[in-house]
Amino acid sequence: MTTAQAAAHTAAIGGQLATFWLDGDLYGVEVAHVQEVLKSQGLTRVPLAPTAVAGLINLRGQVVTAIELRERLGRPPRPEGTDAVVIVVRLHGEAVSLLVDAIADVVDVDPADFEAPPDTLDGAGRELIRGAFKLDGHLLLALDIHKAVSA
Amino acid sequence: MDGLDDIVEEFLVESHENLDQLDSDLVALEQEPDSRDRLSSIFRTIHTIKGTSGFLAFQRLEEVTHVGENMLSRLRDGALELTPHRTSVLLRMVDTVRSLLASIEATSGEGSVDVSSVVTEISAAMEDTPAAAVPAPATQPVPAVAEPAEVVAEAPAEVPVPAAEVPAEVPPAAVPAPAAELPAAPAVPAPRPAPAVEVAHEPEADGGSGQARRAVADSTIRVDVDLLDELMLLVGELVLTRNQIVQYVGRSNDTDLVRASQRLNLIASELQEGVMKTRMQPIDHIWSKLPRVVRDLGLQLRKSIRLEMEGRETELDKTLLEAVKDPLTHLVRNSVDHGIEDADTRARLGKPAEGVLTLRARHESGQVVVEVADDGAGIDPAKLGAKAVERGLVTPDALTRMGPQDVLQMIFLPGFSTAAQVTNVSGRGVGMDVVKTNIEAIGGTIEVESVAGRGTVCRLRIPLTLAIVPALTVECAGDRYAIPQISLQELVSLDAEKAANAVEEVGGAPVYRLRGELLPLVRLTDVLGLTSDRHDGHVVIAVLRSEGRRFGLVVDRVINTEEIVVKAVGGQLKAIGLYSGATVLGDGTVALILDVQALARRALRTETSERQESRVAALQAQATDAERQRMLLAAIGGGRRVAIPLDTVTRLEQVRTETVERVGNREVVQYRGAILPIVRLDRHLGAYGESDREVLEVIVYSDHGRSVAIVVEEILDIVDGEAAVRSDIDDMGLLGSAILGDKVTELLDVRAAILAADPAFYSTHPSALAPVTPDGVPTSLLEASL
Repeated sequence: MTTAQAAAHTAAIGGQLATFWLDGDLYGVEVAHVQEVLKSQGLTRVPLAPTAVAGLINLRGQVVTAIELRERLGRPPRPEGTDAVVIVVRLHGEAVSLLVDAIADVVDVDPADFEAPPDTLDGAGRELIRGAFKLDGHLLLALDIHKAVSA
Repeated sequence: MDGLDDIVEEFLVESHENLDQLDSDLVALEQEPDSRDRLSSIFRTIHTIKGTSGFLAFQRLEEVTHVGENMLSRLRDGALELTPHRTSVLLRMVDTVRSLLASIEATSGEGSVDVSSVVTEISAAMEDTPAAAVPAPATQPVPAVAEPAEVVAEAPAEVPVPAAEVPAEVPPAAVPAPAAELPAAPAVPAPRPAPAVEVAHEPEADGGSGQARRAVADSTIRVDVDLLDELMLLVGELVLTRNQIVQYVGRSNDTDLVRASQRLNLIASELQEGVMKTRMQPIDHIWSKLPRVVRDLGLQLRKSIRLEMEGRETELDKTLLEAVKDPLTHLVRNSVDHGIEDADTRARLGKPAEGVLTLRARHESGQVVVEVADDGAGIDPAKLGAKAVERGLVTPDALTRMGPQDVLQMIFLPGFSTAAQVTNVSGRGVGMDVVKTNIEAIGGTIEVESVAGRGTVCRLRIPLTLAIVPALTVECAGDRYAIPQISLQELVSLDAEKAANAVEEVGGAPVYRLRGELLPLVRLTDVLGLTSDRHDGHVVIAVLRSEGRRFGLVVDRVINTEEIVVKAVGGQLKAIGLYSGATVLGDGTVALILDVQALARRALRTETSERQESRVAALQAQATDAERQRMLLAAIGGGRRVAIPLDTVTRLEQVRTETVERVGNREVVQYRGAILPIVRLDRHLGAYGESDREVLEVIVYSDHGRSVAIVVEEILDIVDGEAAVRSDIDDMGLLGSAILGDKVTELLDVRAAILAADPAFYSTHPSALAPVTPDGVPTSLLEASL
């Protein structure tokens, strides 16, 4: 990663985060990366793909890979009967989608509230979390979207 | 003159692009010096420039790139380590190459650019004598020949254009006619990251000759290729939408709607065809440069070669044409360099002194087939195989199991070069694998056929267009997959009853007899690790061809044929290496497109290992199933056929004749780390088959850790022995004869045949190691795997 990119990264931490729920935790990704949010979609499974690849979705004629974020973060599978919400992100011009539990608000975060990942975070997810923002009543985990999609 | 200009021009355009890539590659390489991919890519770029400069007679350019390539080749092989100094030297080489190109562009000659200092420096860097410190000027500013602006505005000199001619070249060469007329077309040369030499690029715009040929231009217009690409994409989407609507309307009763959709269907097809046509160009476009290549190269190598072309009007998509150009040129150069012998050799072999190189192009079932055929020395599979073993590309063991056709395809492996000497022209082993990679990148296939002493044919199969591909959609474990028609040969559907008989297991591997030929079967469910949801015993086989061999892909159902638009898939899926992309089907669902080449490579390889594992099980199964006597039919020469009970067959193999060795008065062959005694059935039974065959068809029988090989002339078939009428003919080595498949067939006394090969076969049942008799002959032969 070039220094310019790294700088952009750190700078973005203080901006707006699109937040979503996953297994009881609140996560956020930079709004700039989010293209759109969709209801649950028909997935075409991809045999032999890494387990985190949930399948392919048809996004208005475009084929987009869907990543199961629960799997990626080492969380238990989504309970039967609940539908995932699809967050489509655009990175380096390529669209990728993340499957999450539910979408939440867009939150303005203050860099001053930022802290390194809490120690309670377990191994699988830890490297995908850039850190946490202390919000009123709970933590907002900042997801490293680049790492999350490179399943 | 025009021909040369054309070649030079394209060479310049291409090289400039490559050089930009090279700069960033080299710098990136410093960060990760171990990246073989990057090194290979740099190496290929330089190789290409060197190759082209060679036949364009730019000697200094060739000199620099040759020495640079030498260094890269050693870096690639790990013989040299990449130090910052070496990187600088390489970058300097790139700069020198750029100066030379600039000079060629401006003055059609190499000008006064001095290369000797760089050459010395590179040589020094290779020997590790730290920089002989010849401060080679990084860039040689070439006098910028300022051309009058009007000339630049003229249309670039190009071959008289056929009706559908479009500006082919990438921006720097194709200076669009009066720039104001076509705002979309890039009017300035693409920016390059090397400002130091930017000055030298200025005069390129005119490419040397500015006189336009207006006459043709009046009746045609120039269209930006990007615009056509865009149109093509849109048509692709339209076709998809059309498919969806047609499918949807199919369920409707509204006749007006049905009629409208039929009309839409028709128009969309015609539009698609029309847009495709605008992008079509005759293959002659790239062929027209080859006579000169052949002539010059022939002269250089002192070979007399006649180039013949058939089907030069065959059209294919512009993008594909561009993509095929380099591989095709490479194949032609290869044929001239390695294929066709020099006149003396030809005379000695009784061939006409003049070698013939034939280019053929034709449309065949929705594809373009391009062949490069020569009447030269051909490729000797034995030599090729030995080379592959020497290079560590294949184990000797695996080699013995390969058919000659498979052996030939190994020339496409990376790092393969059969030229005994690395010549200036070719033979560093970058060639054929690059050709293959490039052809496969555009969804094509390549295979090679060769008869030693008679010549070689390289056959490319290229799709008509990239964007829209006719495909077969199949279902497997509830999901749909698309198989490009280009690989599909035919479909076979067997009902349960028929399938039970027709699909056999040879040594644990399923095969199907397709008109007498054994077709290895691959179950798609097995490859994908899924479970089939078809339980009625029906078998649907898609007969596919990949790299010159056929195999049958067993799927659950065939859905239909459909024109699909290929969509790229993300990096995660590319890495799996089984899918060439994805598409959206008529009903809006996403389907994966199977990469048949990769599938064949993966499946046929695992099949062999699975076969070994399942062999023991198969043997046991055969033993209990003895009453259902199935027979393997084989020809043994002289028109005689023998039947061998299938339960005594462990495997069918091919063995190269020259690997047969003699131990005492017996013939043996090394096989999977053991020694396998051989009995030649024709001699054993007193028939007279051809004895000069290169590859022996072998039936391997194993029992209790011992194996023997029974050599036959040809494996014919597998039949049911039940219905056969037997008659007892008391002849040596035979049990009798029977009518099998309308012909009299002799029933082999397997026991006698085995004893003829290994008299001790039934006497001992060694458990682990074979005892060796005093004279060193192994008394028993076993396979480690059993």
